[in-house]
Amino acid sequence: MSGKENRKMRGIIARNKLADGIFAIVGLLSMLVGLVVLLALLVQLGIDGLQRLSWEFFFSFPSRKPAEAGILSAWVGTALVMLVTALAAIPLGVASGVYLEEYARKNWIADLIEVNVTNLAGVPSIVYGLLALGLFVYKLNLGESVLTAGLTLALLILPVVIVTTREAVRAIPSSIREAAYAVGASKWQVVWDHVLPYSTGSIITGVIIGLARAIGETAPIITIGALTFIAFLPDSPFKSEFPYISFSWLQAPFTVMPIQMFNWVSRPEPAFQLNAAAAGIVLTVMTLAMNGIAIYLRYRFRRGIKW
Amino acid sequence: MQISRQERELGKFVSKLVRDLRERAIEFLLFLAACSSVATTVAIVAILIYESLAFFEKVSLLDFLTDTQWTPLFADAHYGILPLVAGTLVTTAVALAVALPLGTISAIYLSEFATPQLREVVKPCLELLAGVPTVVYGYFALLFVTPLLQKVIPDLPGFNMLSAGIVIGIMIIPFISSISEDAMRAVPVSLREGSYAMGATRLQTAVRVVFPSAISGITAAYILGISRAVGETMVVAIAAGLQPNLTWNPLEPAATIAAYIVQVSLGDLPHGSLEYQTIFAAGLTLVLMTLGLNIVGHFLSKRYREIY
Repeated sequence: MSGKENRKMRGIIARNKLADGIFAIVGLLSMLVGLVVLLALLVQLGIDGLQRLSWEFFFSFPSRKPAEAGILSAWVGTALVMLVTALAAIPLGVASGVYLEEYARKNWIADLIEVNVTNLAGVPSIVYGLLALGLFVYKLNLGESVLTAGLTLALLILPVVIVTTREAVRAIPSSIREAAYAVGASKWQVVWDHVLPYSTGSIITGVIIGLARAIGETAPIITIGALTFIAFLPDSPFKSEFPYISFSWLQAPFTVMPIQMFNWVSRPEPAFQLNAAAAGIVLTVMTLAMNGIAIYLRYRFRRGIKW
Repeated sequence: MQISRQERELGKFVSKLVRDLRERAIEFLLFLAACSSVATTVAIVAILIYESLAFFEKVSLLDFLTDTQWTPLFADAHYGILPLVAGTLVTTAVALAVALPLGTISAIYLSEFATPQLREVVKPCLELLAGVPTVVYGYFALLFVTPLLQKVIPDLPGFNMLSAGIVIGIMIIPFISSISEDAMRAVPVSLREGSYAMGATRLQTAVRVVFPSAISGITAAYILGISRAVGETMVVAIAAGLQPNLTWNPLEPAATIAAYIVQVSLGDLPHGSLEYQTIFAAGLTLVLMTLGLNIVGHFLSKRYREIY
């Protein structure tokens, strides 16, 4: 190779290496953009909202005076709606996941359900709100209630629960199932006594991520007509006399955290926007904590299991 | 007491029958649960079409598609979906201009350049971005990003599509980066090694070997991100104003399809009225848009899939 070609070659290599180095920096920076924005968002919320966070803020009803307003009815509403969502989505989602993974034969019905679950995950959340408005509120006459909201959000997070259940169940080696069959267990006994207990950890992770999403969902709940100003609590689910449990809270009108925050954000007075920031802190801490727990659990289960 | 052989046989038979029946019943129940997701889809389509048909009995499809004004709540009512579609497309375009480059570059960096330790830390953090409630993003767009942008563009109105779009873009970065990265990491190491052996740098390998091989997964990530951007409601409802406005200029305020649905739902909505039916017609448009996207994405990823 002549000296000239040699130099040309070196030039090309140097240029490629430079491009490589530049991209490494660009990549690092663009990754940082997301993280910096997350940080800016948290700092902005903190600066605006921390001054309003106090014991009274948690235990006051919303009010026309910004300094006296609180989120009592909002977080109680969120808790009740999440209870309904979890009770509906977990059994339904886990059962579907188990069916698709353990029972379904490879036929067009299984394919249809599978394609359908993938597509449902991409449907905009507001469309679930329209479904709930048309179906739950008016066709089934459930009204604008805790029950309607809980069921709506359950449908919304169903794909998440189904997909994580399937992944969890698929990760269990078939030797476990074969061992159970070998001692005479029926299919359901295999699923109930072995497959489900071993995959519980991963399923819980998925459920937490789903519920974290449901807590922050605003649009579908607004669509079904949740009220933004509620200065009373639904009936307590517990009673002092027999049968100790009451279900009248299911039909109660309600508000939830994100709606309360939206209501405050859309008011022109700056004082209300401080309230919105404070509600935002509570909401963000709740969802980030749930996501954090889920990520931690996923990490731990991935490490802990050695088949 | 002696149990005859016959009775014992009968007992065995009955217990086997009970066990079989129970197994069948459980399988059937699980099957019903699995069908619930199909039922959800059917219900969504049925409700949207049912209410939209009632809407199109009163408003002609031609008006709906060609009228340039959307004022169903005014006395002089116009029912042209175009302004809402335009608002949706503009905010989505801004969001994609932010999210596609940042998400893709982050994914390439995480998959091909970053050390495993860095990846273990950064990936969960990026995923947290997707966990922040959208209403909080709306607050952030209105009270942080817009004032920031107003320092650069002084005559920017308080409500505008630019800041809403940027924030939506940042919100969907994790969808794009996380799924694209998974797709790129699934590309066999032997392909990379072949490229390195030819003297390619990491960047050349990433762009010319790994990216094309992972294109079907990356397309899926893009489609999911775009679907999210198209259907995003609260950020737009809070930060972009709620005035339907037929414009392609992101500096102006406008409403999107989803924002309109929320705006109408906030008021008192008489069941069965024309206003009530408009939100279903708008919702149907939104679903058709995301459906179209999904179909296009499906074919694109089939067309460009590299088999290795």
